[in-house]
Amino acid sequence: MSEKLKLFSKGIIDILPLLIPVVPFGIILGAIGVELNFSPLEIFATSFIIFGGASQIVFLQLFSSGATSLITISSTFVVNSRHLLYGASFSEYLKNLSLGWKILLSYLLTDQAYAVSNIYFEKNKNDVLKHFYLLGAGFFLWFIWQISTLIGIFLGSIVPEKLGLSYTIPLTFIALLVGYFRKIDHLIIILLSGSLSIILYNAPLKSYIILSSFISLSVALIMIIFKKGKNR
Amino acid sequence: MIWYGIIISGVLNFLTKFISLSYFDTSKMHPRVKQILSYVPSAVFPAIIFPGILIDGNGTLEIENNPKILASIMALIIGVFSRNIIATILTGLAAYWFIIFI
Repeated sequence: MSEKLKLFSKGIIDILPLLIPVVPFGIILGAIGVELNFSPLEIFATSFIIFGGASQIVFLQLFSSGATSLITISSTFVVNSRHLLYGASFSEYLKNLSLGWKILLSYLLTDQAYAVSNIYFEKNKNDVLKHFYLLGAGFFLWFIWQISTLIGIFLGSIVPEKLGLSYTIPLTFIALLVGYFRKIDHLIIILLSGSLSIILYNAPLKSYIILSSFISLSVALIMIIFKKGKNR
Repeated sequence: MIWYGIIISGVLNFLTKFISLSYFDTSKMHPRVKQILSYVPSAVFPAIIFPGILIDGNGTLEIENNPKILASIMALIIGVFSRNIIATILTGLAAYWFIIFI
């Protein structure tokens, strides 16, 4: 087996355990899309083009509730902004790659692919072929995500509405956030953002997600500055 | 309209990753920028969670007789202790179905 193929396969194997929640999440996304009355092609296009679970749900939810395109797109963007950190932390490792490689790896970069590749890159800084590891991990998650979405689209059209599938939206986000509830500063921001979203729910243009996020992030920034001052 | 939305969101999502991967560098980034980005999930996700639980289909606040509140609290307890995404979702869904069907 060539070195490239070996690294590609290692990326796939290492990301496997992280895919366990990806499959039900993809299925839920597909099913929710159907429940919100999007066409199968539109739902699949979000997985293929936007390719980011949390942002796809926000996109579908806001779009179906009649938010303007500007609000939908900017809310989706805010959800995705955490990826800035992933790209930036890999730039040093991948700076010698061609433009084509950078485009491909940027598209395939996700929370999970970042998590496993970051560990591998730190241990193998000087391996010139290390990007094949990220390619394997990123591609495999992408592939599984597309398949799961398709299964969800199919299941969504046969699951009765009475089951309340739309409740899986907040539930999925609770699940994505459980790691943060134990940290007191994060807990404050969580409760603040949640309360604001209820208070601001009727704000014009369905802007409650973006307004709550920005106010909460500003408070987080003040907390960071204050904490730093105290440590000095 | 929706197709423009999907394409623009997709391009923005891609550019977020591509530009940072090509031009940014965490070792040269201000530490405060890194810190603030780590708060993005805590600042954004609750704005999806809370209305999803507390606001009904007609846009009104629903606190009494709302099975989603109890189901979500149970999901949260299991989630914080297990730190397992599937266990969290399944607990919430099972509790919700238990309350509405039984």
